[in-house]
Amino acid sequence: MKKIFTYICLSILTIGIANAQTPEEKGLAIAVEADKRDLGWGNSTTEMFMTLRNAQGQESKRRMRTKVLEVKGDGDKSLTIFDHPRDVKGTAFLSFTHAKRPDDQWLYLPALKRVKRISSANKSGPFMGSEFAYEDISSQEVEKYTYKYLRDEKLDGHDCFVVERMPTYEHSGYTKLVSWIDKKMYQGRKVEFYDRKNTLLKTLNITKHKQYLGKYWRAHQMDMLNHQTKKSTTLEWKNYKFKTDLTSRDFDKNALKRLR
Amino acid sequence: MKTSHILFSLVGLLAASPALAEWSGSLAYEYRYFKNEPLYPAQHKGNNSSLALQPEFNYQWDNGRQLFSFIPYFREDENDEERSQADLRELSWLMAGEIWELRLGVRKVFWGVTESQHLVDIINQSDLAANIDGEDKLGQPMVNLALISDYGTLDLFAMPYFRERTFPGEKGRFRGPLYVDPKQEATYQSQDKEKHIDYAARWTKTLGAWDIGLSHFYGTSRDPRFTTGLNSKFKPVLIPNYDLIHQSGLDIQATIDSWLLKLEYIHRSSDLETYEASTTGLEYTFYGIFSTTTDLGLVLEYLYDNRGDKANTPFEDDVMLGLRFAFNDTQSTDALLGIIKDNDKDSVIYSLEASRRLGDAWKLSIEARYYELTDQKDTILYNSVRDDDYIQMELAYYF
Repeated sequence: MKKIFTYICLSILTIGIANAQTPEEKGLAIAVEADKRDLGWGNSTTEMFMTLRNAQGQESKRRMRTKVLEVKGDGDKSLTIFDHPRDVKGTAFLSFTHAKRPDDQWLYLPALKRVKRISSANKSGPFMGSEFAYEDISSQEVEKYTYKYLRDEKLDGHDCFVVERMPTYEHSGYTKLVSWIDKKMYQGRKVEFYDRKNTLLKTLNITKHKQYLGKYWRAHQMDMLNHQTKKSTTLEWKNYKFKTDLTSRDFDKNALKRLR
Repeated sequence: MKTSHILFSLVGLLAASPALAEWSGSLAYEYRYFKNEPLYPAQHKGNNSSLALQPEFNYQWDNGRQLFSFIPYFREDENDEERSQADLRELSWLMAGEIWELRLGVRKVFWGVTESQHLVDIINQSDLAANIDGEDKLGQPMVNLALISDYGTLDLFAMPYFRERTFPGEKGRFRGPLYVDPKQEATYQSQDKEKHIDYAARWTKTLGAWDIGLSHFYGTSRDPRFTTGLNSKFKPVLIPNYDLIHQSGLDIQATIDSWLLKLEYIHRSSDLETYEASTTGLEYTFYGIFSTTTDLGLVLEYLYDNRGDKANTPFEDDVMLGLRFAFNDTQSTDALLGIIKDNDKDSVIYSLEASRRLGDAWKLSIEARYYELTDQKDTILYNSVRDDDYIQMELAYYF
């Protein structure tokens, strides 16, 4: 009798925890689910087009190609080759992201044929002079943040979770990020970035999601607006290809030197 | 009709195949302003203009596993004949397998980690006529096989043809009282002269935060000794003597947070001398200084050569301090301020290198050097560049 009572009590307690999930647990659960749904895509290649606008609306363009390799149990490996502007053509950036320790990064300088290992402490610095920081475009691992579910909200007619993320890694330029995550896709639709003084710094709108291999969602446009400088950057992706014949050999220092 | 049809299909096929063929390159106009009159009478007076063209053709196929590269280089100089030259910087074919890469032809290879000088880097000959900083290199014919495994990458080189170093000519600045006349034949220790086959091997590996390189070179030194001789006009000139050497090299970089710790060490021996040299240094970067997007890097390096004042380099016991600014703006503006000071002589070299993209396809670069050389014991520098302070502006168009 006593045993049964204990069992019932325990069950109620467990159910109680499951239902009364704390905002932190729910936020984390959403991130884990989003991560789980994006497992197994293997590798991909794509072309990236970047348009930088200053406060006066003057534009300048960037073009690059990226290759990404999914690494099981660790962050992705990625390779970015710059095609435009022409003076940086052939420059290539190799990054091994890690969930728990700093990323490994190398830069290839084609004029000197030199591969330079570079510090990955530069998280908050601008990528190619744009409004995207390095930490905005690197692979998003679950362990890189702590989470807090805020509310459910409709964004442009789409049901979303609104989740707050706090970076756990060093050198971040942000105190927190507030994300609108589509409930169907488990993909972001909007992110607000708060700077070190906890004031709103940037807003990112994520659009043109397309599904690949019947499973994996990829956004094809991101618009980042910096509220403090009024500068903005549009990032567009074209020609996504999945399950290509890329192997880890295409993501080493030798590969970095042979890319054109 | 039929021919055009075939042609059309062919164009379609080429466009559809994943092969990428592309021309690119740069055309640069350079202007050098010299503060002082030259030290030696034959050297050109006043300033100097120069035009350099470097087109580049790349063709890659087989999903990027095969690559053909062609980079010719042409320079026309207003005053210095030796600076007016054509060179083949690259003409190579590369094929990449899963555990190997074969690279054949004329290529450029860089080894090392430090900024002030590149001791370990030995494959390519320096083009000192283009710039005395030694960063410009001549193309090197080679067969290079890379073996790639979890134990690192082992690169094996055989180099069947030697390239002589270029130097500023009779009218050029940045030279001593005697110049190198390329019409006078250089001397070689090897009877095969420039056809001596040089060999090199290099092993590289990344271990966490550490990038390590170990290398050995056997062959004709890129770095000549000099004897004096007479040229065809019975003028005294310098004759380069190229010895056979063994050089072992070690380069290490540790990348820890915002710190880079660097070491390059070489041990070189010939029949005439055996010596060691090293560059030890560190680099620390402050990211986003004063709440801007500007990064400031501090570079400190110690340059050492155990031959002391008998060394054929002025950097035998010197300290280099550098300030590197990266503004991270749309125009990719950056600047490097450097000072090299000799520890036991009164000689200091100040340098500035800065560049900024203009519009979409142009780039403006500025390079300036100021020499404070009063100590005659620093012979090489004192006798060559002490009055060659200059400011150089280069405007390059990229296509």
